[in-house]
Amino acid sequence: MSVETATVAERQPILSVRDLKVHFKVKHDKGWLPSTRTLKAVDGISFDLYAGETLGIVGESGCGKSTLSRGILNLIPATGGEIVWLGRELHKAGAKEWQAVRREVQMIFQDPLASLDPRMTVAQIIAEPLHTHYPELGKDEVMRRVRVMMQRVGLTEQQINRYPHEFSGGQCQRIGIARALILQPKLIICDEPVSALDVSIQAQIINLLKELQQEMGLALIFIAHDLAVVKHISDRILVMYLGREMELAEKHALYDQPKHPYTKALLSAIPIPDPELERKKTIQILQGDLPSPIDPPSGCVFRTRCPQAQPLCAEQQPQLRVVNARTQVSCLLATSEQVA
Amino acid sequence: MTLLRVNNLGVDFATHDGLVSAVNGVSFELDRGQTLGIVGESGSGKSQTVLAMMGLLAKNGQARGEVLFEGQNLLGMSTRELNRIRGNRVAMIFQDPMTSLNPYLTVERQMTEVLELHKNMTRRAAKTRAIELLEAVKIPEAARRVDMYPHEFSGGMRQRVMIAMALLCEPEVLIADEPTTALDVTVQAQIITLMQELQRDFGTAIVMITHDLGVVAGLCDRVMVMYGGRVMEQGSAEQIFYQPTHPYTVGLLGALPRLDHDGDTLVSIPGNPPNMAHMPAGCAFCERCTLAEARCHSERPALQTLEGGILRACHKSLAEVSQLKEMSHVG
Amino acid sequence: MNQEKNQAILQAAAEAVAAPQIASRSPWADARRRFLRNKAAVVSLVLLSLIALACIFGPMFLPHQFDTTDWDAMGLAPTLHNMHLFGTDEMGRDLLVRTLIGGRISLFVGLMATLASVTLGILWGATAGFLGGRVDSIMMRIVDMMYAVPYLLIAILMVTLLGREFYLVVLTITVFSWMDMARVVRGQTLSLKSKEFIEAARCIGVPVHKQILRHIVPNLLGIVVIYTTITVPGVILTESVLSFLGLGVQEPMTSWGVLIHDGAAVMENTPWMLLFPGVMLSLTLYCANYIGDGMRDALDPKDR
Repeated sequence: MSVETATVAERQPILSVRDLKVHFKVKHDKGWLPSTRTLKAVDGISFDLYAGETLGIVGESGCGKSTLSRGILNLIPATGGEIVWLGRELHKAGAKEWQAVRREVQMIFQDPLASLDPRMTVAQIIAEPLHTHYPELGKDEVMRRVRVMMQRVGLTEQQINRYPHEFSGGQCQRIGIARALILQPKLIICDEPVSALDVSIQAQIINLLKELQQEMGLALIFIAHDLAVVKHISDRILVMYLGREMELAEKHALYDQPKHPYTKALLSAIPIPDPELERKKTIQILQGDLPSPIDPPSGCVFRTRCPQAQPLCAEQQPQLRVVNARTQVSCLLATSEQVA
Repeated sequence: MTLLRVNNLGVDFATHDGLVSAVNGVSFELDRGQTLGIVGESGSGKSQTVLAMMGLLAKNGQARGEVLFEGQNLLGMSTRELNRIRGNRVAMIFQDPMTSLNPYLTVERQMTEVLELHKNMTRRAAKTRAIELLEAVKIPEAARRVDMYPHEFSGGMRQRVMIAMALLCEPEVLIADEPTTALDVTVQAQIITLMQELQRDFGTAIVMITHDLGVVAGLCDRVMVMYGGRVMEQGSAEQIFYQPTHPYTVGLLGALPRLDHDGDTLVSIPGNPPNMAHMPAGCAFCERCTLAEARCHSERPALQTLEGGILRACHKSLAEVSQLKEMSHVG
Repeated sequence: MNQEKNQAILQAAAEAVAAPQIASRSPWADARRRFLRNKAAVVSLVLLSLIALACIFGPMFLPHQFDTTDWDAMGLAPTLHNMHLFGTDEMGRDLLVRTLIGGRISLFVGLMATLASVTLGILWGATAGFLGGRVDSIMMRIVDMMYAVPYLLIAILMVTLLGREFYLVVLTITVFSWMDMARVVRGQTLSLKSKEFIEAARCIGVPVHKQILRHIVPNLLGIVVIYTTITVPGVILTESVLSFLGLGVQEPMTSWGVLIHDGAAVMENTPWMLLFPGVMLSLTLYCANYIGDGMRDALDPKDR
């Protein structure tokens, strides 16, 4: 399966993920004998990422988006699939190759305070990647780079010897960003970097990430549970549900003409901060609860809550396919559109 | 008579480092069937405001002012008197339903207990009523699920159970403290729709505390915007969203990622959240306000009533604020 | 929940108050500040230091030896005569000196056994926690087994076989007091391992041994200090129990346990022989417990 769309055909992806699977063995207590069952947290995800691009990954809790990010980075071992980073096949890579990759791919975490070691100062935290990858650097050079980076992310030099608990959530996230950027990576995976922050601080962090991205030519994978947040930073968006891809589309295509029933439901559920629009709009309420990922529905995993489900959906598992130049969708009922 | 009237409510906490004021000068009125939204970020004092109203402050907290429920002041009441109103005529739901559901009792027992206590119902009648209410909050197979324990419900279901429990005694006022913050957007949509329907059917007045302006837009008649423990602005939802008169409201609306605008840039509010122990002498928002002048730092703006019933606390002229609004929309 | 919420707000508020004046406060400095605020703990610390100093240096300034008999004063009640401030025992030995010397032994045994059991506990718990899986299960089952062994029986057996030796007391106590620490450290290690900052370190590519040294160990220290202070009184008490049962140090050397044992036998005639060592031991235990409480509140403020 390859992405053959007009806009991206001439570019080479920096990251290709093919059919990535992360499964967990979970203990199953029912019955007399202990047995294990498989929890398919991520089940066959494929996408390409291009240099300087932002891919938004959206889904509700339990959809596997965080596990996906950790599977890509080998923080959780993948069960199957291929990951190719700049021509290197990471799914076969050894520890040494991974060490080189860690210089180029970094991560920002959801809980800004928890992602910083409480017993280290800001300087120590931001310098840790340098100490790890460039042990030959002198102390002064390390501190100079730390200072430059702190300034770049909007921290003041006076704060250099402080501890994480002395900062607000937004400032902690800036420290996390500084640590991720100090090695000048090519890709940063952001795992819900603003969902723990206040609205006014969220905007600061999103704007900072966008600025830095342009300045440094970064590619971003931006994970969020909220389609409204992702809209302001992404070029393309991948919608996940229960470990599978539902829709992968360019931003405007996704927001203007969502193809997958789940994307439509997700979009309609986001409250609009405008009393008239909000009161007039029709919300597509999803019925029921998220099925257990241990025992997902047969066929299309969304069919149990899909307003358009047909008997066919229970039999056949939909694959992501191109419906038009800007959208790929994994729904059996979506019709292909002829691209002029 | 107004159903609920709050006059000049304040909350102080005794800490190791002296008295810290978490809430100051909050006043509002609420009539039957109305919904008031209290909006603010962390540290705005929105949760402490309602906890003070319900007499649920932490031990070192002290409430000032008046909370008049049908003319009776809740703040001066003994716990015994308060308990006749709390949970019965004024009910509250929380962000995390598990904190107010007893994990060791079935939902049935927890619901019937309330009815036996407040309404002198028999256990059997109470159970029938409990099932009715679970059906009202759209829990499928309510008759079977009523005998389950809280942990057997999903997050969204638990919040429904909470709402059902809050509605047991058909309260006149329902106070909801960030009831959907921990939930996914699709589940949030279910819960909000449910609350709207219940309000329509039962005529309950709702106080909705949230940081999400989108939720407020859909649900609330009046909106109160809080920052640093003080009221910045208060008005109808239309006024607040379409003609905000306070720089903080303008900033909040600009910073909000939204689906209905095409622009890509978010206008962030500079600076950090307020520090309750170090509030400026003047306006609480002055350190982050782009319009702030010397007077804003030294002199606290009073809450003034404008035309159309808007209340605002700001030294700057309306023209300057609306100019700020234009800029943030263009930017 | 509300209380927690309030406390978090207050915590933030309280910390914010101090923030502008002090450039930077490490978590350790914070803990010290909280500890010094706890009056009971500070008083206990002072008192315990005084007791320890008296035990170490006191006997040098007193006119009596712990094992010499004053023939003029046998079984004497506390008196100024010949400076027998705590009185003497029926063999005419000065009780004050003996109590202080006994304190030396008890405190020393307490310290040594605590050190040994804490070291063993940390190593055991951290290894189990890091490695996880089957190794963890086996190691923790061994801990469970240790809990099931009746320690007095083993102690009696060891003393019978090997004789009454000082090192045996330390060894016996160590062998039976490291399990709590092992459990606590394992639990903490497991929870640290899943923290986001460890994930961040892995993501950066920090080698495993540096992850442990730089991130895990410093974050374990708090809980280790807390548990050490809680272990000390338990160990001193165990030593006293062993001595009381005649399994501790040998005459004429003594410890608080031995003194209490001897005193209890004659408490109808010479109650001060039980009173003074008993008071000293209780004081020490009280102090150690208050210090432990203070440490816990200081290092783990959320757990109050």
